[in-house]
Amino acid sequence: MRKIVSIILLGIVASGISLSLAKIPFGVPKTKVGTHYINEGIKETGATNIVTSVVVSYRGFDTLGEVTVLFIAAIGLGAVLTASGREKMRKTEPASLVLYTGCRLLLPLILIFGIYVFIHGHLTPGGGFQGGAIIASGFLLIYLGCRERRINQKASKLIESLGGLAFVVIGLLGLVFGEYFLFNFLPKGTPNTLFSAGIIPVIYIAVGFKVGSELAGIIDNLIEES
Amino acid sequence: MIFIVSFLVVLMLVGAAAASVFKDLISAVIAAALVSLVATILFYFLQAPDVAMAEAAIGAALTAAIFIIAIRRTKRYEE
Repeated sequence: MRKIVSIILLGIVASGISLSLAKIPFGVPKTKVGTHYINEGIKETGATNIVTSVVVSYRGFDTLGEVTVLFIAAIGLGAVLTASGREKMRKTEPASLVLYTGCRLLLPLILIFGIYVFIHGHLTPGGGFQGGAIIASGFLLIYLGCRERRINQKASKLIESLGGLAFVVIGLLGLVFGEYFLFNFLPKGTPNTLFSAGIIPVIYIAVGFKVGSELAGIIDNLIEES
Repeated sequence: MIFIVSFLVVLMLVGAAAASVFKDLISAVIAAALVSLVATILFYFLQAPDVAMAEAAIGAALTAAIFIIAIRRTKRYEE
């Protein structure tokens, strides 16, 4: 009985969503702001990757909120997991030679790729969040392969805080040199070169360090507990 | 092109259904990671490489790892 009712309810919801979505024309610009970003984005921000110019420049304040949400989530997880006091890590057998060697070979490549992704966030697809997540997956590989290695929790917290602080300070410097928070006060340079787009790469480097150390810290907290 | 995309969508649906059906939670996590992996390819085909990178790193790698660590702490099989 309950299953039949839930299927009927699901059907009603699905038909409602599909009927309302069918009314929206597909592939046609519905707002002016999207066209504006595509046409004027490179000229106004100097970043050739339009997604980055929206995320960091036009909607930079939203990104600050997003970074804060991740920060609070990491802090909350750390508080919940360490509230009972750190247990001693139980002895695990070392990883096999293949896994160990593979991890040692792959880790620097993954880290360099992550750093590349967030430094070139304004030129190529990717950015601080993506690069940070790639770096964190590199640290996950350490925990799989070299189990006795640990990241320095204090250093990771320090990098995390400095990254967040850099974001806010750059935003406030925008108030000092320009007219609004996160104002792009640095020279924009020629588009499509590494040193272009003003504060966008600086902010994305800060975000990349912050997200990478945060996610690595989350993994470290979880592994330490298990 | 449309065939590849529809095949990927079907694969995603199969993965999602498998994740909810499996009694072995590790298999369910692998199926959920498969959904993320296929979603990554779909995002790439739909010309959203930024989202694809985030989905690959967070959805397929980190989420699955965190779930597996959590399952190691609790029970592997669902009753």
